[in-house]
Amino acid sequence: MNPVLQVIDLRVSYYTDSGRAVALDDVSLSLSAGEKLGLVGESGSGKSTMALAMMRMIKPPGRVEGGQVIVGDTDLIKLSDQEMLRARLSKIAYIPQGAMNSLNPVMRIGAQMADAIRAHDPHVTRSDIDKRCEKSLKSVDLSDAVSKMYPHELSGGMKQRVCIAISILLDPQVIICDEPTSALDVVTQRQVMETIDRIQKEIGAAVILIGHDMGLMAQFVDKVAVMYAGRLMELSPVRQMFTDPKHPYAQALISSLPNLDNKGVFQGIPGLAPSLLRLPGGCPFHPRCTKVMEVCKTVRPEFDTLPDGRQVACHLYSADMHKAA
Amino acid sequence: MSELLELKNVSKVFSRGLLSRSSTTALNNVSLKLSEDEPTILTVAGESGSGKTTLAMLLLGFITPTTGQILYRGQDISKIAGDERMTFRREVQAVFQDPFAVFNPFYTVDHLLTVPISRFKLAKTKREALTRMEEALTAVGLQPNEILGRFPHQLSGGQRQRINVARALLLRPRLLVADEPVSMVDASLRATILETLRNLQRNYGVSIIYITHDLTTAYHISKSIIVLYRGSVMEAGDVDTVIKSPQHPYTRLLIDSIPWPDVNRHWGETEIKARESELTGHGTGCPFYARCPFAMEKCLTPPPLFRLNDHQAASCYLYDKNPSIKPEQLTEMLPV
Repeated sequence: MNPVLQVIDLRVSYYTDSGRAVALDDVSLSLSAGEKLGLVGESGSGKSTMALAMMRMIKPPGRVEGGQVIVGDTDLIKLSDQEMLRARLSKIAYIPQGAMNSLNPVMRIGAQMADAIRAHDPHVTRSDIDKRCEKSLKSVDLSDAVSKMYPHELSGGMKQRVCIAISILLDPQVIICDEPTSALDVVTQRQVMETIDRIQKEIGAAVILIGHDMGLMAQFVDKVAVMYAGRLMELSPVRQMFTDPKHPYAQALISSLPNLDNKGVFQGIPGLAPSLLRLPGGCPFHPRCTKVMEVCKTVRPEFDTLPDGRQVACHLYSADMHKAA
Repeated sequence: MSELLELKNVSKVFSRGLLSRSSTTALNNVSLKLSEDEPTILTVAGESGSGKTTLAMLLLGFITPTTGQILYRGQDISKIAGDERMTFRREVQAVFQDPFAVFNPFYTVDHLLTVPISRFKLAKTKREALTRMEEALTAVGLQPNEILGRFPHQLSGGQRQRINVARALLLRPRLLVADEPVSMVDASLRATILETLRNLQRNYGVSIIYITHDLTTAYHISKSIIVLYRGSVMEAGDVDTVIKSPQHPYTRLLIDSIPWPDVNRHWGETEIKARESELTGHGTGCPFYARCPFAMEKCLTPPPLFRLNDHQAASCYLYDKNPSIKPEQLTEMLPV
């Protein structure tokens, strides 16, 4: 199956007074239609930068310094600003963190949805807009009456579902959800995730779910990508990631998770995430790694494919990779 | 056995101004005891709007109950004054949700630690103050030389939250009210902070009331749990029993909605009945009535707590064959 989304060597830097911080360091991945990818990492690992870069929404002092983001057959990075405006929402949609707080408090929901449609197609008729809004609201399990309401009349979960409804108005091929449920209660969270899941199946879009809740990942995605200091550390199918993580960082992340069988065992990851301004040489994780070798301190491991198709950036597996090659 | 803390039929009603007749019951007839001799960790769990933060505010004496009493070592906390009030303030400490908001960005983090030392006259000399600060920081797993003299923005969220715990520890509290202490901290650091809290209870004999919406962490840290929904106790008991075999329909829904980090455990077997949009006022009955898949006629009168076994009670008519207990007896269900 042809990938609907290809990210190739995407590189983003922020220029600050104290130097250049590489927030996204040659990240590559691809996603087929109908696939769900989870992007996990600690705060500051570059997850949100990745989403913003794919939407071409990086603002100065940040800059996309190279790479391609190919949706279908268009490279979004090469589009003009005008073309990119059209591509957003129709090719690639983004549900930002805390999206529910981004609704305009003095506009009715319906008017905000109509705005989004008109921005892409100025000649669309009123009845067409209404039809689309109704369909979209219905698919997120909200009644049509919601379009006549103001955001303050809705609960957090309903507002979040309105944002999802807006994001699917124009049937995008890729939907990026940045921590879509981080401010919601567990029951509401489940409703929202079930909504995203159903819609994703309906319109066959590829979904990228960004977050640090591994539990949500286990329940929702097909593949998990682990980021650390702006780089991909491991990309594996969800089952393998949880049962047999390869990268020592992924292993630490998985074993720090609470579950029902290990009551009272707390296992954090020792050390702190490095500052992007002062990244350690070689592998950025080596100061915290329990399996650190001499080579890790000087040589940066490549993000390479193992014989079973999983991808990992770690010197522990370099022998296996040579066999694969 | 003397009580460290006792809540006697505490309710809190927020009314909306002089003219409006509508009011919100944030906490409805909650009784609770914590013993002085056996420090424990008790979880108060619930979704937003369940009244859990109201409970924290009441315990800390920031607001007063509408009806009922809160006693700290036998004294009504709204009436404690003078020196005893200072003792109460020192012995009951809090850790709040947001590790970013509690720091003043213009001061180094030392400020947060030196103020309570001078306020409560915990040290006679600067050297002694420094020693106590270093002890407290070491106890929460931080390196004092990496922390002291730094500004808040130079530290991570996890470090700041641990400084908050260190500040509480510095005062040698008897009771710590932790209101969502890990919900804004990265998953990889949660484990460390929870472990710090548990060590406080084990090594320093501090009782902890852990307020959260996250049942996974509650399961790992606490001994007993109270589940609140719209201000009322739905289910309470031993944390293992309640989480592994929840009985109240609300607790079942909550636990079934936890995304466990386990690919073999599927999420959401029970269906969610009634979207929150359909929830309206429903008078005086069981607060979960509108969303409950088992709702019956008699649920329109509020159900009492039914005793299910030695360490579990649920407020639901599904269990009306079991003996009912008074709200005041709730504490007997909670193991320490």
